Amino acid sequence: MERYGIPLDHFLIVSTIMFFIGIYGFIVRKNLITMLMSIELILNSVNINFVAFNSYLFPENMHGYFFALIVVAIAAAEASVAIALIINIYRRFSNIEVENIDEMKY
Amino acid sequence: MNILTLFIIIPILTVIGILCTKDYKGARVISAIGMGLQLVTSVTLIFLFLAERRAGNTSEMLFMVDYVWFEALNIHYLVGVDGISVAMITLTSIVSFAGIFASWEVKDLSREFFISLIILATGVFGFFISLDLFTMFLFYELAVIPMYLLIGIWGSGPKEYSAMKLTLMLMGGSALLLVGLFGIYFNSAPDGGHLTFNILEISKITIPIEAQRFFFPFTFIGFGILGALFPFHTWSPDGHASAPTAVSMLHAGVLMKLGGYGCFRVAMFLMPEAAHELAWIFLILTTISVVYGAFGAIWQKDLKYINAYSSVSHCGLVLFALLMMNETAMDGAIIQMISHGLMTALFFALIGMIYGRTHTRMINEMGGLMKVMPFLAVCYVIAGLASLGLPGLSGFVAEMTIFVGSFQHPDLFHRVATIIACSSIVITAVYILRVVGILLFGPIRNNDFLQLKDAKWYEKMSTVTLIVAVAGIGLFPLWLSDMIMNSLKPIMDQLSLF
Amino acid sequence: MINFSYTVWILLIPIFMFLLLGLLGMKFKPLLSGVLGTLGLGVVMVLSYFAAYQYFFELPRLNDTYQQIVAANYTWLRFSDALQIKMGVFIDPISVMMLVVVSTVSFMVNLYSIGYMKGEKGFQRFFAFLSLFTFSMLGLVVATNIFQMYVFWELVGVSSFLLIGFYYERPSAVAASKKAFIVTRFADLGFLIGILLLSFYTKTFDFLSLTGPQGIEITRNLTQTFMGMSVATWALLLIFMGGAGKSAMFPLHIWLPDAMEGPTPVSALIHAATMVVAGVFLVARLFPLYSFAAPDALTVVSYVGGFTSLFAAVIACTQFDIKRVLAFSTLSQIGYMMLALGVSGYGGEKGLGYMASMFHLFTHAMFKALLFLGAGSIIHAVHSNYMYDMGGLRKYLKITHWTFLIACLTIAGLFPLSGFWSKDEILVAAYNHNKLLFWIEYLVAGLTAFYMFRLYFRVFWNKEPHYHHTPHESPLVMTIPLMFLALASIFAGFLPFSHMVSSDRLPFATETNLTVAIPSVAIGLLGILIAFLLYKKDNNTVEKIVKGLGGVYKTIYNKFYIDEVYLFVTKKIIFNLISRPVAWFDRHVVDGTMNGIAGITVLTSRKIKGSQSGQLQHYAFFFVLGAIVFALIFIYLW
Repeated sequence: MERYGIPLDHFLIVSTIMFFIGIYGFIVRKNLITMLMSIELILNSVNINFVAFNSYLFPENMHGYFFALIVVAIAAAEASVAIALIINIYRRFSNIEVENIDEMKY
Repeated sequence: MNILTLFIIIPILTVIGILCTKDYKGARVISAIGMGLQLVTSVTLIFLFLAERRAGNTSEMLFMVDYVWFEALNIHYLVGVDGISVAMITLTSIVSFAGIFASWEVKDLSREFFISLIILATGVFGFFISLDLFTMFLFYELAVIPMYLLIGIWGSGPKEYSAMKLTLMLMGGSALLLVGLFGIYFNSAPDGGHLTFNILEISKITIPIEAQRFFFPFTFIGFGILGALFPFHTWSPDGHASAPTAVSMLHAGVLMKLGGYGCFRVAMFLMPEAAHELAWIFLILTTISVVYGAFGAIWQKDLKYINAYSSVSHCGLVLFALLMMNETAMDGAIIQMISHGLMTALFFALIGMIYGRTHTRMINEMGGLMKVMPFLAVCYVIAGLASLGLPGLSGFVAEMTIFVGSFQHPDLFHRVATIIACSSIVITAVYILRVVGILLFGPIRNNDFLQLKDAKWYEKMSTVTLIVAVAGIGLFPLWLSDMIMNSLKPIMDQLSLF
Repeated sequence: MINFSYTVWILLIPIFMFLLLGLLGMKFKPLLSGVLGTLGLGVVMVLSYFAAYQYFFELPRLNDTYQQIVAANYTWLRFSDALQIKMGVFIDPISVMMLVVVSTVSFMVNLYSIGYMKGEKGFQRFFAFLSLFTFSMLGLVVATNIFQMYVFWELVGVSSFLLIGFYYERPSAVAASKKAFIVTRFADLGFLIGILLLSFYTKTFDFLSLTGPQGIEITRNLTQTFMGMSVATWALLLIFMGGAGKSAMFPLHIWLPDAMEGPTPVSALIHAATMVVAGVFLVARLFPLYSFAAPDALTVVSYVGGFTSLFAAVIACTQFDIKRVLAFSTLSQIGYMMLALGVSGYGGEKGLGYMASMFHLFTHAMFKALLFLGAGSIIHAVHSNYMYDMGGLRKYLKITHWTFLIACLTIAGLFPLSGFWSKDEILVAAYNHNKLLFWIEYLVAGLTAFYMFRLYFRVFWNKEPHYHHTPHESPLVMTIPLMFLALASIFAGFLPFSHMVSSDRLPFATETNLTVAIPSVAIGLLGILIAFLLYKKDNNTVEKIVKGLGGVYKTIYNKFYIDEVYLFVTKKIIFNLISRPVAWFDRHVVDGTMNGIAGITVLTSRKIKGSQSGQLQHYAFFFVLGAIVFALIFIYLW
């Protein structure tokens, strides 16, 4: 399984590393923008997987590429919504630390 | 148009009519007209029913209509009546008619009040005409839910607490019931074939005995909670005490009857073998209910509490008689449901009217009301006498039919239980006379009461309707008893199959 | 064959009057409603007399036996094909006799009440209730089956309740009415269970079949026993319990003295002449059953009757409220009747007790109604119930005085007044059957004469107290009934009663037994003599005697503290030891459990809600952790 001279495993390793960096960032960082960026990391690690699997395993069809595109589109939409929210949060709390936003617990 | 469907359509039209009105005056007039029509329809139904029977139509249910409603699960809109349902429908229409007049003076949010009240009544009507377990359950829920709003919004005292308690306990009952109903449904075709909710079809097949043993208690207790089965009766005192007058009337008068009706129409009719096996457990519980409710009533000081405990006792008698499983006792149980429905509605109506004047329900704060409001006081005495089983009023007919029927049971255990239950007639006399003596007779304790006025026309309308019904049954019980007795035959055949 | 179906009107007229006066009475003038009620009962009385005449004199007898006729019978309620409550009219010697008694006394009392109740608030209501009572009582006596009897039994109970509590603003009247109803209701529970037991075995309610050969056969052959007694004995004892409650036999007698709180005409009608003898009538009605199937029960009846008559007579000697004296006297006389039934056998001469009992019922109704109406007339004049407010009244109340004297002589059993004849038969029956009971009754005869004349002398002779205004004789409408009843008391004894009423409906002849009759008159005279010496003039001998008796007198005066015992049982035991704990148990244990379940739910949610910290990153952390755990499970454990 060596297309383009790079084994599939390498792609997976990269994406896994990206994924866990994203998870780590999401859980640890307090800044909402950073957390949003972490989410982008997670999404893109998945995108890499989609594309890699598609071209290595099922080169005859394009489902994985399409899925990746959809994810990118959704991520864009999601990012815009998230940033809108963050701006509102900033207006209300004058900062965007996630720890301060616990008004709606129980 | 089928006459039974009218019972659903009239209330819907009434609700639409109320929505078009502007204030409480319009709302109450429209409601009165709607419920009046309902009463007329139900009286017509009696005559149509008796005419059909006289013409020789011996099928189990009359005026049947069957529409497929949800095909995948085989749910139908299936309605039909026998003598028992006809009697229950009449009871409901009388009580709801009287209830509208008893709430004539509800002025805040009155449109919403009347709408909720009528939705409640619709649920009850639908329940009594349904022959499909699913639609039956649907209507049952329709009747229970508005109760929460009615008590929570228009109630008095700790109304949120009572409303929540009542609704939660009844919902608990519904949950058990739902399990039971599904149990029946999934066992309705033991030999393969279509599962069905149709009561008549299920009654023809035998549900496997293991399933019956498992699901009978669910169904029976589920309905029993609504019928104030000991020890699941405690929603009743609190609920009644906080509920507005008309709601207490409908609740004690009609809604509690759904329990009794469901117990025999669903639990015992569809699972006769388990009913026979497990009856003794419930018989003990109901015997306790009967005596315990009566003793509980002696000590109470709040008029509504007294009546609520008395309802526990009387409704206990209904379930007690049903569990005797012989024709006379079951006949008595149905008459008791009707009789109790009427007289307890009368009680609650009167209590509401007295409370509206004196602003207290504590009997030791009142006294000598006979002098200031003779009409209401006389009505109260009549209700009391009906409750303690005076011949010539409905209570006597019901209780005697129950006792005679139960005592004909060949088993000694059942006869002993009957004797214990009989003793309730003395205890009933004690608490009724205690209340009557303190409340109505004697000197007036509070001079402010001297200015109080007697009943207004709409209050008279409400009480007289109920008294006429109570006395009518009490004086001429034969037609009712015969009508019920005839309809009991298929159920008795089913129960004596074992 | 004579058609008796017109007797239905005997029932329909009073109930119609009740509805008319009850619903529209307030629209009438008081006098009109009184007259209407009285007229209605007048018609009833005429019809009853006519029926009695036809029955005893025109109706042919079968083998010399009076027939039992079911003049009307309508199904009222159907329990099953065999068990039905029918409403009808049953005609046989005792029911016809009772029709006469009830309608006569009822009419007289109605007439009297027009005068007595004049100007009272609720005059119309009073007459409506009287009609209701008369209807119920008549329905009771003509019942064709035991359940019809029970229906009317309850109705007389409630009419009595309504009438005792007529002055509903007086707490004592309310309490008395409540007590009367509850005590009799308790007894009725026994009656009901008795009916249930009996009908369970015989499968019928019908008197004709119950007391006919077949019913007796079934009942006699019941082999089941329960706690050492046969089922038949149990059933009949329980039925007797119902009768004892209504007839105020010991220990269920406590309601009757208190029932005197009602208006005096009511006491005369209900608590002296008619309703209280319903128990006697009930036993008489089922007499063949008692006699053949449960002689033990009959023995109980006789002892209860005998004891009550002595017990009540002793108490009567100490009371000061004239109506209470009469009430205890009623108890005592009903005890006589019960005893006579108890010592009776079935058929012919052996059935002497039965006949004597009915005879005494008949004469007692007349003279006791007279006594009560006389007492009413006295109370009307002096506005007090107590002897110490009275004295020397013979000068003011001439007619009342003479009629009262006649009644006193009658109840004392002096020859040839009616009381003599009937009491004599009872004593003879007791003498033949049980010597102990005979001596008790003999003693009671003396006591009766004593306490009646104690009353008589205290009220009509003795020292005159200071009256606020001069007592005056009652109007004619009140004295006419007195005079009529006085005549009846004098002459009723000459009726050939044993030719009309007997246990097997076969006429037989009685003769006066001089060995019993002479001593009984003698002891009556002795009683009168003692009363004369003690009470004719105001003197302090009585006080000395009372002092001498000390605690004994006090015990008797307080009616042997039976009321206190009842009060203890009801207040302390039923209210405080059963009802209150039940109410507490319900609120705290049963409802507590329900609230507890709700409480546990709330508590649990409060405990675990901390995990919802509101920190987004905590949620995310747990989410990831969960996902990893699931992933591991799926990978390694699947």
